[in-house]
Amino acid sequence: MKIVKIIALILVVVFVGIQFMPTERNKSDIVPPTDFMLVNDVPSDIKNKLQISCYDCHSNNTQYPWYNKVQPIAWFLEGHIKEGKAELNFNEWDSLSSRRKASKLRSIIKQIESGEMPMASYTLIHKKATFSEEETQKVVKYMENLKDSL
Amino acid sequence: MSKLKLVLGVVAITFVTLTAVSCKDAKNEKNNSTDHHSETNMDEDHSKMNHDNSDGHHDGEKKEMAMNGNGTSQAVLNDYFNLKDALVADDNAKAKNLGAVLATSLGSLDISKYTEAEKSELKEIVEDAVEHAEHISESEMDHQREHFKTLSKDITDMVAITGTKTTLYEQFCPMYDGGSTWLSMSKDIKNPYYGGKMLTCGKVQKEIN
Repeated sequence: MKIVKIIALILVVVFVGIQFMPTERNKSDIVPPTDFMLVNDVPSDIKNKLQISCYDCHSNNTQYPWYNKVQPIAWFLEGHIKEGKAELNFNEWDSLSSRRKASKLRSIIKQIESGEMPMASYTLIHKKATFSEEETQKVVKYMENLKDSL
Repeated sequence: MSKLKLVLGVVAITFVTLTAVSCKDAKNEKNNSTDHHSETNMDEDHSKMNHDNSDGHHDGEKKEMAMNGNGTSQAVLNDYFNLKDALVADDNAKAKNLGAVLATSLGSLDISKYTEAEKSELKEIVEDAVEHAEHISESEMDHQREHFKTLSKDITDMVAITGTKTTLYEQFCPMYDGGSTWLSMSKDIKNPYYGGKMLTCGKVQKEIN
């Protein structure tokens, strides 16, 4: 029993200790002129959906959940956001060539259709981020039209 | 006691997270070690040197090898065909490696001899194609094939500018993702989108000379 207590104590120390390790925060008040919503004429319901379901990890501004500062959760979030932005950053949409826009749109459609995005670990907490069947159809159709108009 | 359990639980999460993070780093390192490609390039450069003072006997053959060297569109095509063959063979691991190899040869494509308009077009093609090749290097089979579709379009557009010294065949499978094309060096259909499942689905759509 004593050894269990010692281990628990060490673990508590580790847990408290990692709280002091810094994480990068994905926060910005500036929406650059290259933003997807600014360069495209996006209907408000789709705008809303993208904002809620995608922009947390695919833009320069994350609406962090309340527990976001607790390690190791903060690391977990940081990793996902970094990866998400590298893959696709809606804020920088218009800096892409038409060819790459078409590629990205193809991927966006595939990911939403297959339900791979938004990620399960994200929708688990952000219930509103989930795509209903109707929303999927709507967004996919919009993205397909946009792709054809490039 | 239940408090203890809670603490242990939290720590377990910490541990798993840290392990996951370190695994990711290891994976990145592995991806960087695709330098065996540069070795082949060295060999090919070597043959280029031989070509300069060759006796003209094996001229054609040597020239072909020289043109397959680093930075040429032919090197990109070769790596693309190798990748295609891996997908035909349903070989996920091999396709991963070859995706990385292709990303490297795309990145070193020399576009200096083209016109300004062609240069900017090629730049965009390469940028897009590199991204798909990189994805292929880290994805499962079905994702690899998705990316291979767009990659094939990029490579086809590249060939439209750079040309090809061997005849290529643009082939078409009407079943995969609403219809998809790919390039092949041979007329025979070996479908990279389905592999063994539907190896001969498709037809030659165009001959590119």
